[in-house]
Amino acid sequence: MQFFVDNFDTLLRAFLTTLSLSLLAGVLALVLGTLLAAMRVSPILPLRGLATFYVELFRNTPLTVVFFFVIFGLPQIDTVVSFFPGAVIAVGAYTAAFVAEAIRSGINSVNPGQAEAARALGLGFGQSLREVVLPQAFRTVVPPLGSVFIAMVKNTSIAAGFSVTELSSTLPRLVNADAGALLLVLLGVVVGYMIITLPMAFAVNRLERRVAILR
Amino acid sequence: MSTPILFDLPGPKAKARIRIGTVIGVLVVLGLLAIVLLRLDGNGQLDPARWAILFDPNSGVPQALGEALVRTLQVAVVAMVAATVLGVLLAVGRLSDHRWVRVPITTVIEFFRAIPLLVVIFALYFVLPAFGPDLSAFAALALGLTLYNMAVLAEIFRAGILSVDKGQREAAFALGMRKTQVMTQVLLPQATRRMLPVLIAQIVVLLKDTSLGFIIGYFELLRQARSLVEFLNFNFGNIYTLQIYVGAGLLYILINVLISQLAKLVEKRTRSSARAAGAAAPALPTATVSTGNNSGL
Repeated sequence: MQFFVDNFDTLLRAFLTTLSLSLLAGVLALVLGTLLAAMRVSPILPLRGLATFYVELFRNTPLTVVFFFVIFGLPQIDTVVSFFPGAVIAVGAYTAAFVAEAIRSGINSVNPGQAEAARALGLGFGQSLREVVLPQAFRTVVPPLGSVFIAMVKNTSIAAGFSVTELSSTLPRLVNADAGALLLVLLGVVVGYMIITLPMAFAVNRLERRVAILR
Repeated sequence: MSTPILFDLPGPKAKARIRIGTVIGVLVVLGLLAIVLLRLDGNGQLDPARWAILFDPNSGVPQALGEALVRTLQVAVVAMVAATVLGVLLAVGRLSDHRWVRVPITTVIEFFRAIPLLVVIFALYFVLPAFGPDLSAFAALALGLTLYNMAVLAEIFRAGILSVDKGQREAAFALGMRKTQVMTQVLLPQATRRMLPVLIAQIVVLLKDTSLGFIIGYFELLRQARSLVEFLNFNFGNIYTLQIYVGAGLLYILINVLISQLAKLVEKRTRSSARAAGAAAPALPTATVSTGNNSGL
């Protein structure tokens, strides 16, 4: 127990690293993902192709490989990023592909009749998107987007392999502790992740119920 | 496919706008490409001699990557088979009529879904030895992947079982089948068939996750690539780094794209054969599957 108390500070700092990594990567993923989704539904072919390429590339690449390219690959073209910003970029860029897919499938799930009706009423592209399609798409997107971000928080753990002292990395660092203490650290790590993911899951559920519509 | 719903067939003005947009888009894409190529070329990364090492058997690089790929696939196959078997059992258990079966199994499933896979692997590799059993990197990785994926697969199977039309179950009971028979002979075969595309897609996730072996030092594709780079850098200086990583990355992408395509093919076939079978075949319950956090990340 004494060991755990002694190292509580380490755990807390690691937790805060995980939290800030999640927040920053989440913002990056949301912005980039929305942009990619918009590109994928746009009428402009090259943008659509670029977004599709991006999404397919990142969806089929392990996050660890993305980390590799950011941390070890970029220096080869004279762009050195340090570990924490590198982790933000890797997790954010990777998650953006999944965010884009979630948003796109939300837009696709809107009944084509809705968009047709909007056009028949004389609304333009922007208006029908803003007033009719997106509000409905947003509602279907909430649960999948929520699970994407929850999975992202768990994925930040991979940064442990790349010298970021986040939550999971406390386990190999404190590995020399005795069995009982190590188990407590493991418990602390698990609880740390749950402190982030459980409220997220709860919020997603609440939001889902609040914006739910009967179709 | 998604595009035509948002706008009418463009008229002359809109066509002109789209054409301008296309030109700008092409320029943007070409510009990005040019920047990347210039950066690469400026460092001599595009030198064909550097890339040749990936295909030159004398360098030992293709062999090493091939062997590492085999080790990656080994761990993936072991974990996938074990996770599928356990996943079916857990799914059936979670749907059990008995509370004392249902509650603990639900807890196990939710627990492994809630914590990062890497933490499970770390727990097996770093924490477990403190209590006795020393696991090899292979065992820790395979077991970690199994535990995590069995929970995810259990949820997939459960969604599949629940999506089977209620009449099937009732009819089976009316024929005098027992609970086990109804599950194994009526519900599970239909659920598996229906969930096959999602199950195949999960293989991609699992294959991607084998790269976590890098962190605990299992010599899979990525760890092998890293050690190759270290070896080559020591002997020839830092000239092959990017090439080896790109080679390893492309191997992952190639295999995963193939599996993804297979999943799409299977999905198309199950859908069309379900329609051919006539009757009111309900749509594939893809939406219900993504209730948890198994979104392929």
